[in-house]
Amino acid sequence: MAGKTVYDKIWDAHVVAVRDDGMTILYVDRHLLHEVTSPQAFEGLALAGRSPWRRDANLATPDHNVPTTNRAHGVDGIDDPVAKEQVLVLDDNCKRYGIEQFAMTDRRQGIVHVIGPEQGATLPGMTIVCGDSHTSTHGAFAALAHGIGTSEVEHVLATQCLVQRKSRNMRIEVDGELPFGTTAKDMILNIIGRIGTAGATGHAIEYAGSAVRALSMEARMTLCNMSIEAGARAGLVAVDDATLNYVHGRPFAPRGAMWDRAEDYWRTLVSDADANFDAEIGLDATGIVPQVTWGTSPELVLGIDEDVPAPDDFDDPAKRELCERALAYMDLEPGTPIASVPVDRVFIGSCTNGRIEDLRAAATVLEGRRVAGSVTQAMAVPGSGLVKEQAEAEGLDAIFRSAGFEWRDPGCSMCLAMNDDRLYPGERSAATSNRNFEGRQGHQGRTHLVSPAMAAAAAVAGYFTDVRELA
Amino acid sequence: MDPFEQHEGTVAALDRANVDTDQIIPKQFLKSIRRTGFGDNLFDAWRYLDEGEIGKNANERRINHDFVLNEPRYAGASILLARDNFGCGSSREHAVWALQEYGFRCVIAPSFADIFFNNSLKNGLLPVVLDKKYVDELFGIVHHEAGYTLRVDLGAQAVLGSGFSAHFDIESEPKRQLMEGLDDIGATLAHADAIREFESRHRRRMPWVFARGGNTR
Ligand code: SF4
Repeated sequence: MAGKTVYDKIWDAHVVAVRDDGMTILYVDRHLLHEVTSPQAFEGLALAGRSPWRRDANLATPDHNVPTTNRAHGVDGIDDPVAKEQVLVLDDNCKRYGIEQFAMTDRRQGIVHVIGPEQGATLPGMTIVCGDSHTSTHGAFAALAHGIGTSEVEHVLATQCLVQRKSRNMRIEVDGELPFGTTAKDMILNIIGRIGTAGATGHAIEYAGSAVRALSMEARMTLCNMSIEAGARAGLVAVDDATLNYVHGRPFAPRGAMWDRAEDYWRTLVSDADANFDAEIGLDATGIVPQVTWGTSPELVLGIDEDVPAPDDFDDPAKRELCERALAYMDLEPGTPIASVPVDRVFIGSCTNGRIEDLRAAATVLEGRRVAGSVTQAMAVPGSGLVKEQAEAEGLDAIFRSAGFEWRDPGCSMCLAMNDDRLYPGERSAATSNRNFEGRQGHQGRTHLVSPAMAAAAAVAGYFTDVRELA
Repeated sequence: MDPFEQHEGTVAALDRANVDTDQIIPKQFLKSIRRTGFGDNLFDAWRYLDEGEIGKNANERRINHDFVLNEPRYAGASILLARDNFGCGSSREHAVWALQEYGFRCVIAPSFADIFFNNSLKNGLLPVVLDKKYVDELFGIVHHEAGYTLRVDLGAQAVLGSGFSAHFDIESEPKRQLMEGLDDIGATLAHADAIREFESRHRRRMPWVFARGGNTR
């Protein structure tokens, strides 16, 4: 019998039953909740007279909708009455059902995919779901983690299970060393550029290879985070020392004898040498340069040394049309060097790049420099209250501030612009988030996705520029 | 959920690949805590010229007459013909609710994003995967024939129209749930004993999953 992949192992350990039709009832260890995709699920639960199956599997925090300024007054500080109601409803539901919540004034509040790992609520080998497609982030810990819709949120609340069909296994092996000035963000953007936004649909990705092993846990989270942008619901990395060192001592992680027992099990969460992958992709990290997306899909991405493409560069008529539409929406001319395109706003944050390492990387570039006068706004938004505290303890906030950045409170912020942090029509951003869809950061706004260091470099120059030349 | 057996209706053709859920229902409408009220804001940024806000009266908005769904020939359409990777991006189920409230009962495309596909099944919006050559053919027909209608027969797994017929695949259980309008939570709770049994075994094997910082064996 062929060996098992990490995905197979976690899957097998959570099968409750296989239904007659071949669908699996899969047990869910951890369920993360936020204000936007949960209210209708709680409402459905109440209407059916049901209650949560296992309260302590759930952990909630408001993140998508919360303002990133004026936070001292908590919910009362939200001006937008509709947003406020949504946050209040999460408060009420958590109280009513006894679900632990890091509420707005809690120092542990933050983006749901930042706080899970930070608290050790994300553990290796777990099945983790959340009504948010970037739940794939938690796969960095060799967890099986993916996003679900609101009906499934209700289903998990009521049954602690999901009805699933198993995905196929895909391995993306990245070998070699990431060159100076490039990061996990450049790696994943490069991968998506190669395989496309539907390249991994129906698969669970395992990221492997020496370049992946060399990544810190924060960087692995960045990598797994954007699996969904390649069409995969889940992406993961096998357990190694880095995984365990990160988890050890976190509030929700086991201690003492239980830790030892857990560690013995977690060490088995690597793919067997004879495991079978349905698809395999290999990549050499040494060739990766800092990436910048130019279009309205994450697959439309360039190296900083490249030029904006023309529709004729694509053979596939659908891609040609996508290119045409993207050029028009982004107001770019074919042949323009991406390294000359000016930016209006800079956003450093999100569940992709809002962790301490990301802030450090940006601060390294910003130290002793100033945001260009042509840039309307530059914003640093830590991924959680604890990330913010840590950054302040390291003096990073002072670097951001003296460079001319605004230093904000944690939340999703301009990643999806549900609150006031946003682009205005026609404006262009350098953003460390994960989606450059039309209007994602504001009606008719134009988003270019980059790493934190590249965003900082763009802020300083006023246009996209190669961070390797600044350092 | 209302049962879906078959449906006949006008087809609207949206000729774009990778239509993401941010386009289907933009973020500003996700502040709502309700399941309804999204129909007027389906494809908001494409449908209207002015920027949409929650509570804005649709009758006072500036219509984008260049957007296909605003063409009079597609008025009352209930079947959406789309391209590859429809519904990619954010997991927001609001996208499905918006499509349904606008009047769509069925989306036909060569491929769908996973989460959107699941969300559709849970709400009785039928996602039909048809081979690209059939989808191409349909785009051709719909383009030339205003008011073209199709009948989608879930029981027979067939899409039928004048001069067109195609078979589609769908898994047996989602099909049954759609046809009977079943409550899938109820279906899973029928396995409650198996869940409890699994849970107690799981708790013994992996107590740390349940312990929250525990230190017992
Ligand atoms: S930071 Fe952006 S991508 Fe991440 S959870 Fe928030 S809105 Fe979603």
